[in-house]
Amino acid sequence: MAVKKEKYPMPEQDPKKRIKNFDEVPYGYDEQTAIEEAKRCLQCKNKPCINGCPVEIDIPDFIKHIAEGDFDKAIDVLKSKTSLPAVCGRVCPYENQCEGECTLLKIGDPVGIGRLERFLADYERKKGVKIPKIAKSTGKKVAVVGAGPAGLTCAGDLAKMGHKVTIYEALHEPGGVLMYGIPEFRLPKEIVKAEVDYISKLGVDINYDVVVGKTISVDDLIKDVDAIFIGTGAGLPRWLRIPGENLDGVYSANEFLTRVNMMKAYLFPDYDTPVKIGKVVATFGAGNVAMDCARTALRLGAEKSYIIYRRSDKEMPARAEEIHHANEEGVIFKLLTNPTRFIGDDKGILKEVECIKMELGEPDDSGRRRPVPVKGSEFKIKIDTALVAIGQSPNPLIPQSVKDLKIGKWGNIETDEDGRTNIPYIFAGGDIATGAATVILAMGAGKKAARAIDEYLKLKK
Amino acid sequence: MVVKAPLVAKKAQAGQFIILRIDEQGERIPLTIADYNGKKGTVTIIFMEVGKTTKQLGTLNVGDKILNFVGPLGVPSEIEKYGTVVCIGGGVGIAPLYPVIRALKQAGNNVISILGARNEKLLMLEKEIEEYSDEFHICTDDGSKGTKGFVSNVLQNLIDDGKKIDVVWAIGPVIMMKVVADLTRKYDIKTIVSLNPIMVDGTGMCGGCRVSVGNETKFACVDGPEFDGHLVDFDNLMLRNRRFICEEDEACKCAGVEI
Repeated sequence: MAVKKEKYPMPEQDPKKRIKNFDEVPYGYDEQTAIEEAKRCLQCKNKPCINGCPVEIDIPDFIKHIAEGDFDKAIDVLKSKTSLPAVCGRVCPYENQCEGECTLLKIGDPVGIGRLERFLADYERKKGVKIPKIAKSTGKKVAVVGAGPAGLTCAGDLAKMGHKVTIYEALHEPGGVLMYGIPEFRLPKEIVKAEVDYISKLGVDINYDVVVGKTISVDDLIKDVDAIFIGTGAGLPRWLRIPGENLDGVYSANEFLTRVNMMKAYLFPDYDTPVKIGKVVATFGAGNVAMDCARTALRLGAEKSYIIYRRSDKEMPARAEEIHHANEEGVIFKLLTNPTRFIGDDKGILKEVECIKMELGEPDDSGRRRPVPVKGSEFKIKIDTALVAIGQSPNPLIPQSVKDLKIGKWGNIETDEDGRTNIPYIFAGGDIATGAATVILAMGAGKKAARAIDEYLKLKK
Repeated sequence: MVVKAPLVAKKAQAGQFIILRIDEQGERIPLTIADYNGKKGTVTIIFMEVGKTTKQLGTLNVGDKILNFVGPLGVPSEIEKYGTVVCIGGGVGIAPLYPVIRALKQAGNNVISILGARNEKLLMLEKEIEEYSDEFHICTDDGSKGTKGFVSNVLQNLIDDGKKIDVVWAIGPVIMMKVVADLTRKYDIKTIVSLNPIMVDGTGMCGGCRVSVGNETKFACVDGPEFDGHLVDFDNLMLRNRRFICEEDEACKCAGVEI
């Protein structure tokens, strides 16, 4: 029987409707569709897809169980490697990872691995999550700093190995970027909470409102524990460094998204935190965060939402699905366009952005063709709000506060492949070590570090 | 208001602040630390009821809980022996100035304190501050207590009297700090100010609290809140602090609190 060339589509909210609400966009597969999609998998002997997975999930194995209709077995396979499948099934850039390695790409669409992972996680959550076997207590204690994807993964894995783990989180909620960064319509917060709940059920304690480096120091922590994992993420927003960036109306993507997602400004005044965007919003950058900003702006009532990006569509770093959704929702892409200055009125309120047209020149260090300004092509766009989404640098609080910890040139914590720092009892992973990357890479780093910590604790005795 | 927060109290130092959120629907707001007691595990905050959160905070009773209370945040004051330090507190800015004055005095400085407010009722901590001051001045805009006039007038008088001043510490409304910084710039007296911009997370993540200092963008939460007053762009700070004035009114109206 010939394999169907196209992925089974996932039903989605109509774009016209969904830009008026914050509900999740895709609905996910039903059982029958999941089975049909799973049957598309060729069950390759060499399993190329696993090479594309930062957390090493045995993808063909869980898909085989779905195809057989044995969802519980499929979940066991999935959960043996990832503690956050409902998250990964929604926000992983599959096209560059597992699905990018799929043999089916030679004849058509890859297997919808992400969609199947999401299906399983949602199926399990509805049914009630099973707590796996936890190894006998080792009597060793580990402190994890930051309850984002790296920290949660590391904590979950360590707990399963029998270590006592306590997470210290600076904010009032767990999840890190999953909570403050990624919007509700892409990753419902109830799902993040359920995944965190699972980590808690593994025996992990989470302390909120504790800023390690301020409320307690790493030196304080190590008095009570045997090892420390630092997963404090990429904090500091990067700026365009053009005139007018401090005008009223210019936000970092982080501030805008934190107000909306974590502080629920979209429910203002029922929630106290405000956000105001006016009628025309311009987002600078074209990564996932930029798409989140542009699409959130529409949902807050913006009449026009621009993505302004200095390179062309081929270089946009966002996931294909995010760009597709943004397009469907009416986000206007101004590509090969670079802002040169923000212009305000006499009260200092943002009114316009001046941009310059760009063209692509020779490849730069990143391998992408370098955008160069076209002389004399400046033009202005009237805007009410500017959202700067061009990336973040590692959060400096811990790197600054731990003496002798080796810091890289971008302010990141230097580690080896498994998250070991130059201080034997300190491990680190995720954006704090690599600079801003993806949720799944942070999870992969948390996983590797958990193994390295386990090894260290065994040797320590 | 005295808040039981042992972890914060243990680490708190002069010049630092906390962020609190009263309840699930609440906003995160920064407040400077007016006092702390590591042994008792308490942190004192003094605030003016100017917006929804501070008004709501004012309605709490002894024994009530604040949902989230995180700190101490920001870089502590650089306390050393400077010589003669003039400490200027305006209105509610007197509160965070108190631990600074105490620390400066304990470091062996000759401390001259100037407290100012619109009227007598808005003055605070006079006795406590006087105890740690070698010289103590009070002024009010309406003359209801101390000399009638602004803190900058008192400072000008000290300068005119030929007093040798090594450092000025000014905490208060933005306009007061701007006026003080403009004055001391003329005489080249090092001036430290404590800034109070709008914040969300307080850990360097959102950049909402960014201020222009010497034409560089700094974050008040992790680089401050204290900065060299001669380098701060106060006009931009005032502008950015007005960002959500309409929304604050609306929040107050919806909550049925008077503005």
